[in-house]
Amino acid sequence: MSFYSPVRTNAQEVAASDRLHLFKYVEDPEQHTVATYEAHGGYVAWKKALTTMQPEEVALEVKTAGLRGRGGAGFPTGMKWGFIPKGSPKPKYLVCNADESEPGTCKDRVIMERDPHAMIEGMAIGAFAIGCHLMFVYIRGEFGEPIRSVRRAVKEAYERGHLGKNIYGSGYDLDMIVHTGGGAYICGEETALLNSLEGKRGQSRIRPPFPAIEGLYASPTIVNNVETLATVPHIINRGAEWYKSLGKEKSPGSKIFSLSGHVKQPGNYELELGHSLKDFIYNPKYGGGILGDKALKGVIPGGSSTPFLTPDMIEVGLDYESLTEVGSMLGSGAVIVFNEDTCIVWALLKLIHFYRHESCGKCTPCREGTGWLEQLIRAIEQGRGRPGDVEKIESVCGNILGRTICPLGDAAVMPIQSSIRLWRDEWQYHIDHGKCMVKTHFEFK
Amino acid sequence: MMLSEASITLMKEMTARYPEKRSGILPALTIAYEEVGHVNPDIYREIAAAIDVPMVEVAEAATFYTMFPKEPVGTYLIQVCHNISCALMGADSLVEYLEEKLGIKKGDTTPDNLFTLISVECLGSCSTAPMMQINQDFYENLTRAKVDQILEDLREKAKAQA
Ligand SMILES: Cc1cc2nc3c(=O)[nH]c(=O)nc-3n(C[C@H](O)[C@H](O)[C@H](O)COP(=O)(O)O)c2cc1C
Ligand code: SF4
Ligand code: FES
Repeated sequence: MSFYSPVRTNAQEVAASDRLHLFKYVEDPEQHTVATYEAHGGYVAWKKALTTMQPEEVALEVKTAGLRGRGGAGFPTGMKWGFIPKGSPKPKYLVCNADESEPGTCKDRVIMERDPHAMIEGMAIGAFAIGCHLMFVYIRGEFGEPIRSVRRAVKEAYERGHLGKNIYGSGYDLDMIVHTGGGAYICGEETALLNSLEGKRGQSRIRPPFPAIEGLYASPTIVNNVETLATVPHIINRGAEWYKSLGKEKSPGSKIFSLSGHVKQPGNYELELGHSLKDFIYNPKYGGGILGDKALKGVIPGGSSTPFLTPDMIEVGLDYESLTEVGSMLGSGAVIVFNEDTCIVWALLKLIHFYRHESCGKCTPCREGTGWLEQLIRAIEQGRGRPGDVEKIESVCGNILGRTICPLGDAAVMPIQSSIRLWRDEWQYHIDHGKCMVKTHFEFK
Repeated sequence: MMLSEASITLMKEMTARYPEKRSGILPALTIAYEEVGHVNPDIYREIAAAIDVPMVEVAEAATFYTMFPKEPVGTYLIQVCHNISCALMGADSLVEYLEEKLGIKKGDTTPDNLFTLISVECLGSCSTAPMMQINQDFYENLTRAKVDQILEDLREKAKAQA
């Protein structure tokens, strides 16, 4: 029995394209080994950066390319690297965020299982750009196979001299630690992650200070997502101008989108940013349409923390600006599809349960508010809703939004608010009739 | 002592790599959990002694992280993802099916101590739903036939090891 994810990808399409690049070798069963990775041009970018470029040039190249963080917030990567204070005597740290726990999101796992050296190479380049000699990857503890795969890859990278002392004779030393988590979504939030890496409870920190100034062990630290870092070697190899020519002007490049829920072909697909959401769901190359040829009810376009879209909104492009314009977000790029049989109250109960369970408890609006919301929504879902409950939910949401230490509070609230905005009649029906307007009963095969 | 010499040595080695000892706590808890199957105050004490940190720091961390069971569980800990992408693909019915097959309710352990069944939050396998984790391994794109086979294989494996 293999525990390697059987997830579907568009590797073939990527291999035939000179624009898409992240998934080129992701279906090659040997790609996880250093020998195959090298044979496919791996570690050339790392060698180029280390032996022919200055750290500032590396950061500038990534900045010019316009790469934006793929972990959810979309912050420009090169600019973030530039926040590391120059001349600080403290050690600098680079931490790769592989906590991947946002419902709907399952892309970083595939990179780690099938192409782990891409992540390691990107981390090394990032480390060099900020003057770091000890870097970490924080992988969620449940990820058995990705952890095994990354550990093997790190060992091989040391053996081949891509990591360790005096790399490629440059005099530069770089070590890497694989750190595994303990099962907490909040540890994906960068400051909670740093606390966790320090051996503390994974609770978010109040900012400022930002991690780039005082992060891990109170030293300048950069946290980047797996996919962000895995993109970096391509930018170094092919240049910022090439990268900028992909995708959209303000959202350059390509990105992996996890497609889940009621589609015929769920999977992980690399698309240029700006690709039509509708095409993504219906094109036989990707989603292939709605499961059972049912009607579409709604879509969450960027992971469970992002607002819903209705079928009339899905002509939108999958990029940062276009999704913001229609009131949602690109987030982690996890597209979750709901068919007409989905009761919206039932779906929101699943989501709020998650946020209540994962709240780190540090601030009151989030800790208490998510608890109230779960109680209220559960009551409605079980047919015990009372008149005024929808308004009560809205008021609790309003008291959480923008009043918390980290974005988890907002993340819990945004899908609820958008669902009430889009399907208020359905919420009300549930309260008035004590049951769903639609029949939600999904059987596994 | 609940932890083996080998585990203690590994904890020490892991901890020594970090700039600060406290960072060794999560790796140590993971090693303990993989060896014993759960963690408890006796284990916190052993970890604290092994990596030279205060026991309270180990306990503080351990109680925050849900991945480490605090009480003994069956040989095979079955964790079904009940989150949204899996729920849309029938995760609730998967839990019911397992309850029926194992003759227990969610949260319980079979009388032969072989299986514990719980449901958990998203495990990062949303595009291969529904799914479950058993000990360190993921089982994805589950169907009834696959579940039957997996349980049978694990029963065989347990018998062979007994
Ligand atoms: C509750 C919460 C959970 C998060 N989970 C993750 C995660 O699993 N992986 C990730 O890369 N970023 C996650 N983030 C975003 C990180 O805080 C951070 O912005 C990101 O790792 C930065 O990397 P990037 O700039 O490369 O995207 C999360 C944020 C929040 C608020
Ligand atoms: S918003 Fe929630 S998760 Fe974030 S710090 Fe506050 S309590 Fe913790
Ligand atoms: S929702 Fe089940 S694995 Fe993500």
